[in-house]
Amino acid sequence: MIIGQIKDGIVLDHITAGKSPEIYQILCLDKLDCTIATIQNAESLKMGRKDIIKIGKVIDINFDVLGYIDPGITVNVIRDGKLAKRERLTLPERVTDIIKCKNPRCISSVEQELRQEFRLADRERKIYRCIYCDSEAKKQI
Amino acid sequence: MRHLIDIQQLSREDISRLIETALDIIENPGRYSEVCRHKKLATLFFEPSTRTRLSFEAAMYELGGDVLGFSESNSSSAAKGESVSDTARTVGCYADIIAMRHPKEGAPLVASRTAGVPVINAGDGGHNHPTQTLADLLTIYREKGSFNNLTIGCCGDLKFGRTVHSLISAMSRYENVKFVLISPEELKVPKYIKTDVLEANNIPYIESTSLEDNIGKLDILYMTRVQRERFFNEADYLRLKDSYVLTPEKLKAAKADLSVMHPLPRVNEISVAVDDDPRACYFKQVLNGKYMRMALILKLLEVAV
Repeated sequence: MIIGQIKDGIVLDHITAGKSPEIYQILCLDKLDCTIATIQNAESLKMGRKDIIKIGKVIDINFDVLGYIDPGITVNVIRDGKLAKRERLTLPERVTDIIKCKNPRCISSVEQELRQEFRLADRERKIYRCIYCDSEAKKQI
Repeated sequence: MRHLIDIQQLSREDISRLIETALDIIENPGRYSEVCRHKKLATLFFEPSTRTRLSFEAAMYELGGDVLGFSESNSSSAAKGESVSDTARTVGCYADIIAMRHPKEGAPLVASRTAGVPVINAGDGGHNHPTQTLADLLTIYREKGSFNNLTIGCCGDLKFGRTVHSLISAMSRYENVKFVLISPEELKVPKYIKTDVLEANNIPYIESTSLEDNIGKLDILYMTRVQRERFFNEADYLRLKDSYVLTPEKLKAAKADLSVMHPLPRVNEISVAVDDDPRACYFKQVLNGKYMRMALILKLLEVAV
């Protein structure tokens, strides 16, 4: 299978195999008017299998969202056919308005326009806790 | 701007200094009687409380300051639907410092972002109650002379008992401290306290459902009330409310220098007959709470004495 080189755009590499549809949806890639290629189950020396998303346009990406969903992703920014920037994502220390606190006793369940903020409590076990009530985030988005 | 939202915000050194101040207040009350003159404390109590609110008010009066506020949400603009953030911002225009109790967890943190004056968490739902912990720490220090080498039993509602969570967090920073966590299965300490506090600090602990089996090992027994207001289901409350009752009979198996503590109010988890036992410290805690709140107000208002 041959997928063309990108002149200006973004390549999301090292996506955990099977996660590309979720990332496609979260980043609202269906709203873009450029070429987008999603490659699933590509062979990878490092990961065995991986997904890749190629976006034919440089767009603003919320790295916190991406890092939270799949912290192993590599973001490659391509300009004029050359690699302009590479960033390996890790779990962000804080995530805002990505996870919702499920604790009915939490102030975030009632306070007007209060942003949903979670802090990384345990990087090894990927545990996030609500900054208001310390409740553990139940599941990823 | 300094606030006290969670006991973990205070270092061991901060706690030592607060205790030093509190002990000095006890020794020399006259030196402190006018130091907060023309300063105002706002007590914003969105949930009923006798002890904590009166303790804050007494603390501020004994420092020569003034107090304003409300003691239930029905008499505040929260009843009209005002946000915590807006209430805090408004009250910050009137007062120099705020003590807030709120049934929602994290409300004092939200208030601290907009108040513009120091905010003290006076209890947020089942989450934290750092000034009760300060009272507990002064009591432990005055009874035991140190925070090290203690086996602490926590008994009762360890799930919703915010005083227990804060006490475990605070005591986990001292040397050779062990915990015995005694509760019904349904009211065990939340998992995050075990993983993030106890296990993260290599603090030995055991969990048990029996007070009788463990009372003989303890240097401190911290009893708690099963709180009706934390249950969504009345039947669960009724089933669990009398899980543990400390009696003179049970105390016979305890060490002679045990300290029995309780954040109060007590319902029936400690028999009144225990009150005359020299090991009963829970009314000393009440007094110690006022001194530590005085020390905290001085610290947050940056009043030099």
